[in-house]
Amino acid sequence: MPGHGVLQASHPAVAAAPSPHKHGSSMASGGGSGSGDSSGRRPTAQQRLRVIAGHLRKPADGGGPGVGAVECSAPGDKADAAGTRTVPRRRQEVMKWNGWGYSDSRFLFNKKGQAEFTGKRYRLSGMILPSLKDWFEGTFGASIQHKTPATPLLNPNAVKPPTLNEAFVEDLKSAGIPFSSDAGDRVFRAHGHCLHEIFALREGKVGRVPDLVVWPNSHNDVVKIVELACKHDVCLIPYGGGTSVSSALECPPEETRSIISLDTSQMNRILWIDEKNLTAHVEAGIVGQDLERLLNENGYCTGHEPDSMEFSSLGGWVATRASGMKKNIYGNIEDLVVHVKMVTPRGVMEKSCQVPRMSAGPDIHHFILGSEGTLGVVTEVTIKIRPLPEYQKYGSVVFPNFEMGVACLREVAKQRCAPASIRLMDNEQFQFGHALKPQVSSIFTSFLDGLKKFYITKFKGFDPHCLCVATLLFEGDREKVLQHEKQVYDIAAKFGGLAAGEDNGQRGYMLTFVIAYLRDLGMDYYVIGESFETSVPWDRVLDICRNVKERIIRECKEKGVQFPPLSTCRVTQSYDTGACVYFYFAFNYRGLSDPVHVYEQVEHAAREEILANGGSLSHHHGVGKLRKEWMRETISDVGVGILKSVKEYVDPKNIFGNRNLL
Amino acid sequence: MASRAPYSHRDSMLKKRDDLEDILEERRNSSDLRYALKCYAPVLYKGLTPCKSIVLKSMVLESDQLRYVINQVSKETGEAADVIQEEALAILEEMGHRLQLSTVRFFAFALSKAFKALFKSVCVNEEGIQRLQQAIQEHPVVLLPSHRSYMDFLLMSYILYTYDLALPVIAAGMDFMGMKFVGEMLRMSGAFFIRRSFGKDKLYWAAFSEYVKTILRNGLAPVEFFLEGTRSRTCKSLTPKLGLLNIVMEPFLKGEVFDVSLVPVSISYERILEESLYARELLGVPKPKESTSGLLKARKVLNEDYGSIHVYFGQPVSVRSLAQGRVNRSQFNLVPRHIPQKPSEETQGFVNDTAYRLVRAQEENMVLKPWVLVASLLLQAHYQYQGGVAPQGVALEELTEHTVWLRGLSREFGAFLHWPDNMLPSDVVSSSLSLHQGLVRVSEGRVWLALVEQGPAGAGDPCGDAAPEEKLFAQAVTVLSCASYRNQVLHVFLRPALLAAAIHTTPSAKKEDVFNSFCFLRNMMANEFILCPGADVQDFDEACYLLGKMGALQVSQLQVAATCGGYKTLNFLTAMLDPFLQGYQVVCRYLCEEAPEGLTEKQFVPAVRNFSVKLLLAGHLKHCEVLSSDLQKNALAALLRLGAVQRVKGTEQVTLKVNKMSVNSLEDTLGGKLSTQKSVLARL
Repeated sequence: MPGHGVLQASHPAVAAAPSPHKHGSSMASGGGSGSGDSSGRRPTAQQRLRVIAGHLRKPADGGGPGVGAVECSAPGDKADAAGTRTVPRRRQEVMKWNGWGYSDSRFLFNKKGQAEFTGKRYRLSGMILPSLKDWFEGTFGASIQHKTPATPLLNPNAVKPPTLNEAFVEDLKSAGIPFSSDAGDRVFRAHGHCLHEIFALREGKVGRVPDLVVWPNSHNDVVKIVELACKHDVCLIPYGGGTSVSSALECPPEETRSIISLDTSQMNRILWIDEKNLTAHVEAGIVGQDLERLLNENGYCTGHEPDSMEFSSLGGWVATRASGMKKNIYGNIEDLVVHVKMVTPRGVMEKSCQVPRMSAGPDIHHFILGSEGTLGVVTEVTIKIRPLPEYQKYGSVVFPNFEMGVACLREVAKQRCAPASIRLMDNEQFQFGHALKPQVSSIFTSFLDGLKKFYITKFKGFDPHCLCVATLLFEGDREKVLQHEKQVYDIAAKFGGLAAGEDNGQRGYMLTFVIAYLRDLGMDYYVIGESFETSVPWDRVLDICRNVKERIIRECKEKGVQFPPLSTCRVTQSYDTGACVYFYFAFNYRGLSDPVHVYEQVEHAAREEILANGGSLSHHHGVGKLRKEWMRETISDVGVGILKSVKEYVDPKNIFGNRNLL
Repeated sequence: MASRAPYSHRDSMLKKRDDLEDILEERRNSSDLRYALKCYAPVLYKGLTPCKSIVLKSMVLESDQLRYVINQVSKETGEAADVIQEEALAILEEMGHRLQLSTVRFFAFALSKAFKALFKSVCVNEEGIQRLQQAIQEHPVVLLPSHRSYMDFLLMSYILYTYDLALPVIAAGMDFMGMKFVGEMLRMSGAFFIRRSFGKDKLYWAAFSEYVKTILRNGLAPVEFFLEGTRSRTCKSLTPKLGLLNIVMEPFLKGEVFDVSLVPVSISYERILEESLYARELLGVPKPKESTSGLLKARKVLNEDYGSIHVYFGQPVSVRSLAQGRVNRSQFNLVPRHIPQKPSEETQGFVNDTAYRLVRAQEENMVLKPWVLVASLLLQAHYQYQGGVAPQGVALEELTEHTVWLRGLSREFGAFLHWPDNMLPSDVVSSSLSLHQGLVRVSEGRVWLALVEQGPAGAGDPCGDAAPEEKLFAQAVTVLSCASYRNQVLHVFLRPALLAAAIHTTPSAKKEDVFNSFCFLRNMMANEFILCPGADVQDFDEACYLLGKMGALQVSQLQVAATCGGYKTLNFLTAMLDPFLQGYQVVCRYLCEEAPEGLTEKQFVPAVRNFSVKLLLAGHLKHCEVLSSDLQKNALAALLRLGAVQRVKGTEQVTLKVNKMSVNSLEDTLGGKLSTQKSVLARL
């Protein structure tokens, strides 16, 4: 079923882009969770996948027609594939240089003061969101009269001229590997999507940036680059999707050598698909949307959908231990990876076989997973694939309060019957979700909405300031999905949960990808914010949510923030023994002289609170440089020692000098 | 002298305190019945609705914490788990409160009547009440009143009811429960009962601590208990007990609540109902068992004037801010939180410091009446003249003059003195004297302590021409009663007094030597007074600052010297500590000279008492405060802490093993015969 409807057209939209920040690594990263989607009201899985595939297809900027899956699966055809890429070398031609995502997609308040989302890529594109303004002004005490616009263009004079290692550049030239020292290219690769990084760019401030960007085209190119880097003693920083939220891409200011950003985006082919073993061998620079699209065309998927999947890359997922929203079915990146090739200053590290499991000492993949670009570059990955599911269905459940919601998620996890995705939003996010409802065209729909609201709040007695919502995504055989759905709703009913329709569920996932764009809108009006995540045992979920949210509010007050911040959370993943919790926090910074510093202090305090309450340093964003200070207490002295000695052996000259982790 | 942090001038001592309002005034002008029946709708934590006691008990019973311990005990004893569970239920039944509004209303009515009969006024700082109201809505609250009288907790609940605040759940000693009817009444007004000692009874501990924590975690009601553990018979603050404080901090430390507010409350009585009862008890007349009929007999007290009560609700203290940087809360990450764990050393230290801090806060906000100054002066005069000719007493004008002088001194030191500014000082002194006519005699313009010879003392003193020993005890009752008022002001003078005494016993004026003596005395007296552990340097600096400010000392980089003008102040301060220093020396002396081998802990108090009686009667000793069992026990605790005496657990009894060398040397050092440098303390 080809495109029915709208979205499919050329590029539609969906996809996930999640939270502003999601992911991270030096390479791209993987993120949290889910993606939104689109498709008609009752999409079949096929339909939806088409849609996704559609969206993800890159607009024709560069060129050629879509990549045929066939080519991909035929080993050896690499060359042909090279023409079609979602991510061009000059990223700034498609994406914002100082904000999230595609240049053509952004929120703005139009002349009538209504919020709208521009562009054509997403389901929400071109729509009016009538209640967003009130929510925005009411929640933050902000006003759309008070603007803080970003510097529109990068001033190349603000960028220091590159310090080039001439001999290295010469050798690179003779190796025939493309590179650039253009200011725009370099600035684009000097940052991820942490608040302070974007805030500085918006103000036109640029710190230390890479001196050169190189675009290897294959594993062998990378081997060559790493050899040259060792030979000439330059610093290499791998760059994947650039969606890091851990300061992993920041150039260490103390680095005196020439810094080379190794952009893997051109290594984006599927080298082969093995249908007997259900694996695919893929170059690591491929971004999530391309990978899914190409596999879909062959009737497969990986099922790995971090919120950042539009932009984050396979190599980045591996390097940061990414997690996808459908991990309940497909697993996290460490479950998906069958084989990894990594180029290090010592040579290439890989296993000799592609087996489901082996006992041969500690798993060397685990030195690679989460290494955050400190040991080498991931160049090729063999990843598990699955046939496309037949059917997909969204759903949602309203609970009278967050406690009941968490209890329900816990029970679902206990019975091991979690749907592909199950997420619980707290009351604030529920209200936020409502603010993102597009204009309803028919009176009937708005009447229906009113009726639903009446039923839940008046008839069922739910307090609109307490109730919260779980969003669900089921996937699989049609029959099984329906059965599964019933099972989950039955459990939910035991915890006072009422089914609240597919629409709410879908909007919940949509929120995930637009929220990243929304941060840019906030920054236009004195509002800054960020999200961060953790994982925590089940028995502490409620405590950590309450304490961290409260801590944020209190810290803001103490730091002189004039208006109470938005401090909200949701449970985005569940496991047998615990859950992943995301916190969102944003505030109006009018009246503060150094808002970013205040922001950082609050985030720091919030992380301290997380650790004090038994949460982890990170569930999937990684450590980067932002969370380095807590590594020792997180993994113990010996743990740090082991990692150090590995680094010492693999990269004694610190060629991979991004200084993440340790 | 070790490196010392620069001393920040402690003007916080002189901080402004709130004004106090008399809540009885309205009671005198409007109907008590209407007041008792008024609409009572307190705000609760996060707008919670109150929960029934049955619900609470089942929450406790079903908690993971208690279930874990039940299973553990069941495994250890071989009893079936449901048997143990029954036991736990029985414990909860015995313990639990059953707040009933009707009972509260009854108390509101009855206490209004009683208070009006007994007291001139009950004054409360309303700003403190407002702060409390705020705190109750934000976080679970723990109320920590000082404990000087049985009245304390009824009074607390009465005040909270008056201001329409949530009534607390109060940890009370089991002894109250013995009072049949009253016990139940107290239960219905919010008291729950804990056994005084339950040693290693895991089940009891688990049931009890879970009971308290459940209330706190859910913010069901403010929890109230007495940090000092028991009523202070001496009116000095007692060394805080840590058990309950540990329990109430745990929900915060384990992340179960965002914060807990601790609210120190200072209750001061102008005249204590139990005044002579306490003195007798300290002298060895055992405490009467609480009984309803005893309480009824106490009715006769209704005919006397007990002056005013002042209740000061202190600044709520956030456990979170206290713990910031002191306790690593992630220590609880690796064991499930419902499994009981012994607190880490770090946590214990933190709880201990917090406890001291809170007791200090209680002390600092304790309203002092002029009488405490008068009592201090009279007592000093008594000791001074005693041993000389027949007691002459003090001329009234002289007393007034000294009291005014002392008023100035105590204010400089930050005392929270309630001095009626609209009255002549002589009138203030006279009215103080007349309120305490049981303790003083005034005649022909002279004032002295009402010792037995001077005429009939307070009711119940049987001795006209009794045996000298009985006479001595009768005198001691008056002296100890009087001392209990002096003790109320001790905390104001304590640090300067320790410094004055240190200067007194140190031959040189070198600051370092004085500091050493100061530390020695401070260490020696650490069980007697509230001296925060490890705060030697701060205390020394504070004392130097205060006395320097008064011009009594000249403090330079290397020297600390008394000034000529400082004589009076220093003398007064030294004399303040004298009874204690003497007392401790007597205890040491007894242990060195008379204590038999195998002296048991139980025998210790009576034996020291007999020894002191002999010395007093022989005229070798003038401070009969040494007869106080409180002082004797504190001295023993200090010696045990310093290792000069050891407890040896025998099969049936605990005996005391005395290191005579050390004790002897401590005694000499106390008496100033041995310099602190050479003192055994260095070696201990």
